[in-house]
Amino acid sequence: MQVFMQHILPLLIAVVGAMIWLGINALLWVYCERKFAGHIQRRPGPFEVGPHGALQPLIDGLKLMGKQLVTPDNADNVLYWTAPIMTMIPVLLLYLPIPYGPVLTGMDVNLALLLILAFSSFNGLAVILAGWSSNNKWGVLGAARAVSQAVAYEIPLLLTVLAISFMTGTLSLVDITNLQAGYIHNWFIFKQPLAFIIFIVAMFGETNRAPFDLAEAESELTAGFHVEYSAMGFGCFFLAEYGYMVVMCSVCSVLFLGGYHGPIPGLDGWWWMVGKTFALMSFMLWVRWTYPRVRFDQLLNINWKWLLPLATANLLATALIMKL
Amino acid sequence: MGKFKDNVIQPILDCWSLFVGLKVTGKYFCKPLVTVHYPRQVIDNENLTTYGGHVELVGKPKDPATPKCISCMMCVTNCPSKCLTVVKQKAPKPTPEEEAAMKAAEEAGEKVKKPKAPKNPAKFIYDYTKCSLCGTCIENCPAKSLRFSNNIYWVATSRKEMKIDLLARLKEQANEMPAAAPAPKPEATAAAEKEA
Repeated sequence: MQVFMQHILPLLIAVVGAMIWLGINALLWVYCERKFAGHIQRRPGPFEVGPHGALQPLIDGLKLMGKQLVTPDNADNVLYWTAPIMTMIPVLLLYLPIPYGPVLTGMDVNLALLLILAFSSFNGLAVILAGWSSNNKWGVLGAARAVSQAVAYEIPLLLTVLAISFMTGTLSLVDITNLQAGYIHNWFIFKQPLAFIIFIVAMFGETNRAPFDLAEAESELTAGFHVEYSAMGFGCFFLAEYGYMVVMCSVCSVLFLGGYHGPIPGLDGWWWMVGKTFALMSFMLWVRWTYPRVRFDQLLNINWKWLLPLATANLLATALIMKL
Repeated sequence: MGKFKDNVIQPILDCWSLFVGLKVTGKYFCKPLVTVHYPRQVIDNENLTTYGGHVELVGKPKDPATPKCISCMMCVTNCPSKCLTVVKQKAPKPTPEEEAAMKAAEEAGEKVKKPKAPKNPAKFIYDYTKCSLCGTCIENCPAKSLRFSNNIYWVATSRKEMKIDLLARLKEQANEMPAAAPAPKPEATAAAEKEA
């Protein structure tokens, strides 16, 4: 009984909390994305359902739930329906180790960073399963693109994360946050500015967001790997995309922007964490509606010729300075 | 050294354009919206002048209820979709006395002036279901009696309604216009009275 109260109950609460937080974020950011796109193009975006269209994502969700789940002819049935589940489940897990406050941490594990990076790679597998099993040439093309992109962008992402771990000597997100306590100059963005820039760029590549959304590329591949999915099959990919975006933005704000610590001591709390994450999310939306999609060779050139050497140089420099 | 500059320095400097792009979209994000929430708001009439709706007749400047049309049939012959039907007016039938007088004059060997048919058409039917809004009728009208309307809010619920009697429409427009014009006058006088 005591084991249950001490270990399992907090974890259950954390899982339920993560589910709720994921749901809220998905609804919020689907709405914000459409509003943002609208206002950048000087139109109102969704407006009719609810005040200023605020209930639109809910209605869209209901619509998706009400639709028929179609399996295409000759599709691999098992893999086809495993893929959306496989992209959705890891997202829940990713929310657990993110520290929103000294108490508001679902699961304080000392390998939190490794856990997040490992499980976010599940998305790549889910994408290739979805593309492969749906028996569609656009799907396979989208999946192939997604995988080569995910593999490429994971490396600079890991190298920048490694630079932070070299500095702090830990992989625990709570410890990394606590090392940035105090005034704003303690934030790692000022100690690792290059790593921050590389992380931001790799973040776009890793979450398949524009301008690096080659895997979906509406104008070329219709929708890429999820072209055959209907109803909630598509909904799962859609939710997971926003889920991964929020996770990456949370990790970015923990690693570089001080997590739940404010710019001056004494005001720490979850509001800083949420504020920083949401600011980064807004930046991602802003970027999406500003830049055109890059070509695939350009995408890989940016990674192999720029991000990777820079990240390696940054890592070596960090190691050298830490040794001295 | 030149290669290093071209391949390494220049791309880094070019990254500035990313911020320029963000500034552009950021600026537009803060600007007011340009679209209109249709059922609750409507477009100003001055913005409707550029809208090319269905074809309509143009009235004479002094008599807005009758069209400038001279029933020459240029629009009907040139229409590629055959959506216009124009019927010419017949000459007015002379009264029995006039007829007798004309006959008498003819017998006497005089030249008789027969009454001419009025130029403006008796019927001007326009089938909007067939029209492709190409504007050929407007270009070919020698009397400049046709133009695109700015009837943007027009709704038809059946095919019959899409067949418009343009003469009736012109008459309606002519009736509406004087009704709309003197409207501000009573207000002005009321304001003047108040001042007094």
